[in-house]
Amino acid sequence: MSTIESPRPAVILREAAKPRPRWQVILVRPETVTFLLLIIATIVATRLSPFFADLGFILESSTYYVEFAIVALVLTIVIISGEIDLSPAAQMALSACLFGTAYRAGAPIPVAILVSLVSGLAMGAFNAFFITVLRLPSIIVTIGTLILYRGLAQVLAGDKSIGSFPGWFVGIDYRMIGIVPVPVMIFIIASVLLGLFLGITILGRQIYQIGTSEVAAIHAGIRVRRIKFGLFLASGLTSSIAGLLTASRLGSVRYDLASGGELTMVLIVMLGGTYIFGGRGSILGTFLAAWLLVIIATGMTVANIAINAQLTVMGLLLIVSIIATNAIYARSQR
Amino acid sequence: MSSIARLLRAREAGILVMLVLFALVVGLIQPRFLTAETLRIVLLAVPLIMVAAMGQMMVLVARHVDLSIGSILGFSAIAAGMIFRDHPDWPLFIGFGVALLSGALLGLFNGLVVTLFKLPSIIVTLGTLSLYRGLLFILSGSKQIDPNDIPEPLIKMAQTSPIDIPWIVIIAFGVALATHVFLTYSQIGRQIYAIGSNPAAAPLRGIRVMPVTILVFTLSGALAGLAGIIYAARFGYVNPGITGVGFEFTVIAAVVIGGVSINGGVGSVAGTVLGVLFLGAVQVALPILGVSGFWQNAIYGGIILIALVIDRTVRQGGLRGLLARGGA
Repeated sequence: MSTIESPRPAVILREAAKPRPRWQVILVRPETVTFLLLIIATIVATRLSPFFADLGFILESSTYYVEFAIVALVLTIVIISGEIDLSPAAQMALSACLFGTAYRAGAPIPVAILVSLVSGLAMGAFNAFFITVLRLPSIIVTIGTLILYRGLAQVLAGDKSIGSFPGWFVGIDYRMIGIVPVPVMIFIIASVLLGLFLGITILGRQIYQIGTSEVAAIHAGIRVRRIKFGLFLASGLTSSIAGLLTASRLGSVRYDLASGGELTMVLIVMLGGTYIFGGRGSILGTFLAAWLLVIIATGMTVANIAINAQLTVMGLLLIVSIIATNAIYARSQR
Repeated sequence: MSSIARLLRAREAGILVMLVLFALVVGLIQPRFLTAETLRIVLLAVPLIMVAAMGQMMVLVARHVDLSIGSILGFSAIAAGMIFRDHPDWPLFIGFGVALLSGALLGLFNGLVVTLFKLPSIIVTLGTLSLYRGLLFILSGSKQIDPNDIPEPLIKMAQTSPIDIPWIVIIAFGVALATHVFLTYSQIGRQIYAIGSNPAAAPLRGIRVMPVTILVFTLSGALAGLAGIIYAARFGYVNPGITGVGFEFTVIAAVVIGGVSINGGVGSVAGTVLGVLFLGAVQVALPILGVSGFWQNAIYGGIILIALVIDRTVRQGGLRGLLARGGA
C-alpha cells in the first residue's frame, strides 16, 4: 500500500469556554478547602482545650502521625501518576523488622540501617516489577504485596517485639531542632523539596501528564514505565525511612508496626485534594492535610474519644473527602 | 462465547491440578496428610471463607472490590452476639436475621456511595473498613461476647447435623450452589458479568448498572454477615478487636486463586470453591509439615501474586505476550 488514507479525526467543534474569573480559580481548589478546614479545626480545637494554642503541643502530638505523613508525600506523587500503593505500611513493618533482626544478629546499628534501606528499595522494585514490567494493576498487586510483606515481617519477628536498641538510636521524636522535633523537620523539608520537584521540574510536570493521559504521555515521548518504576522505588525507600523513624520512636519493632497505616496515608492524600484518578493534586494539599489530621486526631484524644471509636471518624472523613474532591474537580472541569 | 467458556474450563482445571498436586506433595512428605481426617479439618476450616468469597467473587466479577467485609463480618457477629447475650430466650433465627440484615445494610451503604458518587470501590471500602470497625467498637462498648453467651445450639452447628456433616459446611456449600444458580441462570446474574466485562457497553444494552451494582455490594455484605454468625458458631466468642481483622485479604486471596479476574467479567463459583479449598489445604498443611503458622500470611500474599501472573499469562497468550514491550 503506497497511499494510506488517514482516518478523519473526530473533532468536536465547540466554542471555547470563557475563562473562569481568577478568584474562582484560586478559591475553588481542594487545597483551599483543606486550608479552610485546617483553620476551622484549629479554632474549634483551641476553644475545646487551651493546649491547642500552644504550638509546641501540636508539634509534639504530630510525631504520632508524621511518619505516615512523610510516606503520604510520596504516595501523593504515585497517585498523581495514576497508580496507587497500598503496601507502604507493610513495607515499614518489614524493613523495621529487618533492621531489628539484623541488630539482634549482632550487626552494628549503621549496618542494620543500611539493611533496612536496601530492603525498602528491594520491596519498591518488587512492586514496580509487577506493575511496570508485567503490567498488572497496582491496586491488586499492592494488596498482594501488603499481605506478603506483613507476612514476612511476621515470619521474621514472630509475635515478639525486638528492642533494646542503644540509647542514641531511640527517641528521635524527642530530639529537637529549635522547637521542632527531628521527624517533623524531615517532613517539612521533604514537603518543600518534593513540592518544588513536582511543581517546577520537567520530570515533575511529566508525572502530571502521565496521570492525566498515559497514552498521550507515551506519544509525547515520556518514559512512562521508567518514571513509574522510579516512583515505586521512592515509595519503598521512604517507607523504610519511616519504618526506622517509628522504630526509633517506639524503641522496639514488631510485625504489627504501623498496622492500619494504609488508611491513614490514603486519608492524608485524599484530604489534601489529590484526585484519585490521577493527574491532579499537590504536595501543598498533602502538607496541609497532614496538619489537619493531626489537629482532628489529637482533638478527639483530648476530648476523650477512644482510639477505636476514632476509626469511625477517620473512615467517614476519607469518604467525605473523596466525594468533596471529586465534586470540586467535576465543577472546575466544565 | 465458546472460547470464553473453554478458557473458564481451562482455568478451573488448572486450579484443580494445583490442588491435587499440592495434596500429593504434602502427602509424600507427611503421609498422614492424605487421610479422611484431614479432609474433615479442611472442610471445617473453609465455610467462613467460602461464604464471604461468594460475595467477593460477585463484586470482583462486576469489576469492583470490597475491602470492608472483614469489618462487616465483625459487626454482624457482634450484633448477633449481643442479641444472644441480652436475650437468651429468643430463638436462634433472630440472631441469623440480625447478622444477615446488618451485613446487607452495611453492604448497601458501600454500594450506594460507590455508585451515587461514581467513586473507586477500593478507596470507598478502605474507608468503610475503618468506619464499620469503629462502629462495632462503639456498638459493643469494646466488650467481647464471651463463650458462655453463645447459645449451645449454635456451637453445635459447627460440629454436627442430622447427616453427620456439620451444619456450617452444609450452609457454605448451599450458598455456593445458590450463587452458581443465581449467576448462571438468572438475568441479573448474567448482567453482573456484562457489567464487569464492559461497563461502558452494559448500559447501552439496557442493563441498569447502578441497581445491579448496589445489589452486588448488598449481597457481598449480607454474605459477610452470614460469615459473622458462622464465626460465632465455630470459635465460640466474638472480640471487637480480633474478629474479622485482615479477613478481607484471605478472601481476596481465595477468590483470585480461584481464577476470578481482577479486570471483571470472568470468574465462576466452581473456581472460587477450589480456590477456597486450596487456601484451606495450605492452612491445614502448614502445621502438619511442621512449618510455623507465622508463614501463613506470607504464603497467601505470594499465592495472590502468582495467581495474578497466571491470570495475566492466560490473557496475554503465553509468556511471550506477558513480557512483550509496548502499550500501557
